[in-house]
Amino acid sequence: MSTRLLPFYATLLICALAYAACVFQFPAMLSFRVAGNLLTDNAFLGIAAVGMTFVILSGGIDLSVGSVIAFTGVLLAVLITHYGVHPLIAFAIALSITTVFGASMGAIIHYLEVPAFIVTLAGMFLARGMCFVMTTDSIPIDHQFYTALQGLFYRLPGGGRLTFIGCLMIIVFVAGILMAHFSKFGSYIYAVGGNRTSAELMGVPVARTTIGIYAMSGFLSGLAGIVFSLYTSAGYSLAAVGVELDTIAAVVIGGTLLTGGVGYVAGTFIGVIIQGIIQTYIVFDGTLSSWWTKIVVGVLLFSFIAMQRILVFLSSKRTTAIGGG
Amino acid sequence: MTDNPSLLAAEHIGKSFIGMKALDDVSFDVRAGEIHALLGENGAGKSTLIKVLTGVYRPDAGVIKLDGQAVNVRDTQHAQKLGIGTVYQEVNLLPNMSVADNLFIGRQPMRFGFTDRRLMEKRSREILAQYDLDLDVTSDLSRYSVAVQQLVAIARAVDMSGRILILDEPTASLDSHETEILFAILRQLKARGLGIVFITHFLDQVYEICDRVTVLRNGKLAGSATTEVLPKIELVSLMLGRTLAVATHNVRRARPAPKVRQFSFKGLGRSRSIAPFDLDIGQGEVIGMAGLLGSGRTETARLLFGIDAADKGQASIEGKPVHIRTPREAVALGFGLCPEDRKSDGIIGDLSVRENISLALQAQRGWFNRLSRREQIALADKFVRALDIRTTDIEKPVKLLSGGNQQKVILARWLATSPRFLILDEPTRGIDVGAHAEIIALINQLCDDGMALLVISSEIDEIVAYSTRVVVLRDRVHRGELSGDDITTSNIMQMIAADPEGATA
Repeated sequence: MSTRLLPFYATLLICALAYAACVFQFPAMLSFRVAGNLLTDNAFLGIAAVGMTFVILSGGIDLSVGSVIAFTGVLLAVLITHYGVHPLIAFAIALSITTVFGASMGAIIHYLEVPAFIVTLAGMFLARGMCFVMTTDSIPIDHQFYTALQGLFYRLPGGGRLTFIGCLMIIVFVAGILMAHFSKFGSYIYAVGGNRTSAELMGVPVARTTIGIYAMSGFLSGLAGIVFSLYTSAGYSLAAVGVELDTIAAVVIGGTLLTGGVGYVAGTFIGVIIQGIIQTYIVFDGTLSSWWTKIVVGVLLFSFIAMQRILVFLSSKRTTAIGGG
Repeated sequence: MTDNPSLLAAEHIGKSFIGMKALDDVSFDVRAGEIHALLGENGAGKSTLIKVLTGVYRPDAGVIKLDGQAVNVRDTQHAQKLGIGTVYQEVNLLPNMSVADNLFIGRQPMRFGFTDRRLMEKRSREILAQYDLDLDVTSDLSRYSVAVQQLVAIARAVDMSGRILILDEPTASLDSHETEILFAILRQLKARGLGIVFITHFLDQVYEICDRVTVLRNGKLAGSATTEVLPKIELVSLMLGRTLAVATHNVRRARPAPKVRQFSFKGLGRSRSIAPFDLDIGQGEVIGMAGLLGSGRTETARLLFGIDAADKGQASIEGKPVHIRTPREAVALGFGLCPEDRKSDGIIGDLSVRENISLALQAQRGWFNRLSRREQIALADKFVRALDIRTTDIEKPVKLLSGGNQQKVILARWLATSPRFLILDEPTRGIDVGAHAEIIALINQLCDDGMALLVISSEIDEIVAYSTRVVVLRDRVHRGELSGDDITTSNIMQMIAADPEGATA
């Protein structure tokens, strides 16, 4: 139990230390305003990362996330601005398409036994290509419903704002945590990630679970696309390039094993916030290039993967000392 | 009670895998309130039949009937819904999840749409209490030993079996106390009217607990009878399709001990694993290592082979001190080790028989001195013939072979390196009577050829049959050594059971 939770605690500690260091240098960072912005700015990343957590927990990967976010944004912009569809209907259309898209990738992965990496790589190109088929321009969205949603926030003390999309991310995380630990589907995800053959022999519906996982990742990518569209008020084919890699980084920094079966949704939240803190620090500093985010995330990833290997190594040493004849 | 109508019946089942008939016109039935033993050599089709009955495989021919009604078992989940609980061969659980999750996955108690973890944990503790197990049900299953995991798998299946319980070699990794508990539970279930299918290699257990026996041989039905009317010797000949040869006499024991014992270990030990011990072994010797599960036998082997580093002691070969810190160094010194858990430690299932056999020799020669394909084929052919490995083709993936044949492939892998000192950890675990005798004959032959062997086994009769000396372990300490005519089953048992705690086992 303790070794399984250790990466999560380590992430939590690093997050706290990083925030403390930032506050030490820029006391203004300790405010509800910064905290509120952290949530708002990383809402789309966080929502997509929840889907990615489940995919990685099941031992898979989903590379189509960034493209699906861009696809959703472009689709919404085209529907709302060009065709005058009400945003709510556009949302429903976008979510249905991305969910079905994810489900079909899951079906291909399961029934044709193609590695998830390849299938979702194809999905990534496909979704990105579809953006360009719809339009190559950046289309602004100007609709009163959008303005209303963007103006929806809870005022925090000190001028901070808990925006609609920030709240949405928190809701998605809470739902994700509940699903991971308090639903049958959640237990099936861990089971499939732990040992697929055993899971099958124990009566876990592996096909339904695999398809469900990728459908959910598709749905959450679509939702992240909606949030991104609300955040930027536009749809652009080249948006959100490489976001899937940011989400994978958040998941791994959050303590989830890339081999599947071990990890926590809450850890991913911390992983997202750590990335957000680094970005905020760079904004506050004003002289640093934003590429420093990537460098720090890279270093963190390395150290986390190294730490996980060491933990796995230590715990396997211990079990062999206990068991065996 | 065996006159009850049949609960689950398989009629004229046929199942083929690419190029091989695994089951051919096999009929089998289990009645309410009976324990039915399913026996056969490795590769006879027992596990395949179980998988057909529980929906893992679909039969090519024949019907499965539940209560006389033909059913189409779609998948394992469907089988569970029909009230069939199964423990498949070798532990199949989820080591990354908690004990409670493993017991209840797919059927968690729900409350307001959410899993009721507290109830699940409480019921898990109640279930495990029946097996004398007091575990932390919230901690990962991987923290517990193979035997405990096996019990959890059984507990899960028993708890789920509304009507039928199928156990494929449940006792392979249990000690006698745990086996007794299991049998007590099986008797209760039987009294409750469940039909139980019991697969085992221990014939004594068949006579202890089973009402009827069905024997499979090479995918065909060899015979079926009630245990009362079937003498043991007839059962064995049913299984083997031949009469059992008289047990070979242990002739080497009379031989004088070798003058020089080339391999010498002094005060080797590792804290929390095994107390320091001395061990000397020479060419043409077989040291049997006896002791209960967890007594430190595997730990000794791991230390000798450099898998675990010794924190005390000294090893020497022909008087020269050597340092063995990794298996690589051990292999370079002419050591070989066939591990206990062939599924996870030894066999590379997706590689062919040929590749698995060539592996260790290739590693020893280094990657720049590649074994040509022709050499590999020659090597594989030689050992397939020498060890009588039953496979249609040396290019067949090893995972498709039966357990006994997989074991022989691992053995062949190490023999190919012509080791001077070979350690075998439970070489006969989970394999059938026929393959058993062959492996014992092989051990004797290797010894005659001048190899030094250390064999770990839970089967004391077996140790008595081939050992020139026997080391007995208890509670992670080497307690003593027997040699010559002192090597008898009762002497070994007495040494194992010397302290009051061990006496019950």
